[in-house]
Amino acid sequence: MSIHPGTAAKHKAPDSQAAANAPKVRRRSPTRVNPALYLFPLPAVAVIAFFLVMPTLQAFQYAITDWNGFSAAFNYVGLDNFIRAFTNDSLFTNALTNNLKFVLLVVIAQTFFSLILALLLTKNSRGSILLRALFFFPTILSSVSVAFIWKFIYDPNFGLANSVLRTVGVDGGAYLGNDAQALYWVAVTQVWFHSGQMMVVYIAGLQAIPRELYEAAEMDGANKWQQFKSITWPFVAPATSIVVAYTTVQSFKAFDLILGIAGNPPKSSLDILSTRIYSTFANSEFGYAAAQSIIFMAMIALVTWLQRRLLRLTPKGE
Amino acid sequence: MLTSLSRRAILAIYAVIIIVPLTVVAFGSFKTTQELFAGPFSLPHSPSADNFAEVVGGQNLGSSFVNSVIVTGISVPLTLFLASLAGYGVSRLKGFMSWAIFGFLVLGMAIPAQANMVPLYVLFGRLGLLDNLGGLILANLVSTLPIAVFILGGFMRTLPKELYEASSIDGSGPWKTYASIALPLSAPSIAAAAIFLFVIHWNELLYPLLFIQTPGNRTLPLALLSFQGEFQTNYPLLFAGVILASLPVVVAYVFLQRYFVAGITAGASKG
Repeated sequence: MSIHPGTAAKHKAPDSQAAANAPKVRRRSPTRVNPALYLFPLPAVAVIAFFLVMPTLQAFQYAITDWNGFSAAFNYVGLDNFIRAFTNDSLFTNALTNNLKFVLLVVIAQTFFSLILALLLTKNSRGSILLRALFFFPTILSSVSVAFIWKFIYDPNFGLANSVLRTVGVDGGAYLGNDAQALYWVAVTQVWFHSGQMMVVYIAGLQAIPRELYEAAEMDGANKWQQFKSITWPFVAPATSIVVAYTTVQSFKAFDLILGIAGNPPKSSLDILSTRIYSTFANSEFGYAAAQSIIFMAMIALVTWLQRRLLRLTPKGE
Repeated sequence: MLTSLSRRAILAIYAVIIIVPLTVVAFGSFKTTQELFAGPFSLPHSPSADNFAEVVGGQNLGSSFVNSVIVTGISVPLTLFLASLAGYGVSRLKGFMSWAIFGFLVLGMAIPAQANMVPLYVLFGRLGLLDNLGGLILANLVSTLPIAVFILGGFMRTLPKELYEASSIDGSGPWKTYASIALPLSAPSIAAAAIFLFVIHWNELLYPLLFIQTPGNRTLPLALLSFQGEFQTNYPLLFAGVILASLPVVVAYVFLQRYFVAGITAGASKG
């Protein structure tokens, strides 16, 4: 599945553009742009326009129809699909609630956990470098592989978790079999899967902090916690906003992991928006699936925007 | 903040949480179900490659492996090629057009694959691209082109303009400058993007799930997912599948570990 980094990308584009324009303002080389240069982006523009932008616009059109995907005839039903999703479809509202719960859990756990790992492995010693490589490793596996590994860990009868617990005389749980907990256990899997990747983002942020600041703070008698609060945390704020935005999008789209761990279609306690959209689609309700996918896209945009508003994480002195 | 002892303890515990499941999978793939359930941690006591033989032979994982190699082998270079062309064009164009084209290409990062899967499915149906490896290659290209342009274009914009000017004074046209100046100088960002795309395209599940019907056209993640229903608790067989599906990425990771970190975080953090 493709990865969509947060909206941070788009917000930065104008700035780097300003920099790229600087020479033009200076009028150092007023050479005309060679028209042949327009040919270079042409294939990419054509592909994106025809296979990404056009279909996305079309999704808006399908979303207001009752099209089943096969018959030539369909009716325009206005906003009925959207109203149905929120008022008359417990499967959808259940998936929405699950998804928001899952995102919240993973974002909090993964941000916290990847920062701790990064703090412990900032120094470039041999051991740190080895451990970083190890912790990063799960990121490269496919979601289906990770799902199968954890299905075995969680297997109530033969699984790894309960085998370990039995040796110390504890009765293990049913994990994924327990509807009240299943989503939490998948969140644990997601954190295992991607914390190493976010740890690396944090390490890059931590290594950019000037050492002198800590030395000065130490001379002033600041303890480790005070140093963390007033130096480390403000300085890694940009890394935090990347980690939070990226983790949000990643956990909204935990589609592969859910299908691998819970089967297709997943049971309702593990159904999230992307799996629900897929089920609606597989059920030949194309119009309704398109409406759900628009809600999904809007949801990601809204949550990402809210995070940017609420967190306002900007580095000190910028 | 943390004593050296608790620091070591946390790291050791997490290392165990990563290593143990992977070791159990590796050992388990050589065991029978009974042996795995009897002792997940023990070394396989008469290791047999039966599970591998079964997943490669009986279950189409062999042909899926070939399909995955074809799809990834074409989609990664193709995406890099179009993205580097676009990145080069954008880095040499000026003013509004440069900004508009870059913005148009990069905006696609905000569209999640699930959001346009319905119309893409319909479009592919009309173009005869369903149940076809070419369709998967095209879908991979579309879904990752925006971020590839973002990584490569972002890098190429930092190259000094003087190099391009010098090259055109020497009489090179834009194509020659692209091939002899822009591409070689962008090697680090191309390598980072290549690894990033390799991991994504190799592990891609949604598009095969949407588009592929014939088992013979499945790629590895899809073939592996179909085990889920068929072999619910035959874990050794699932593990053999996991190992086979992960092998190329793992081997590459062992040798190019540093570049993987750089590549995948370029995707995560260049934002």
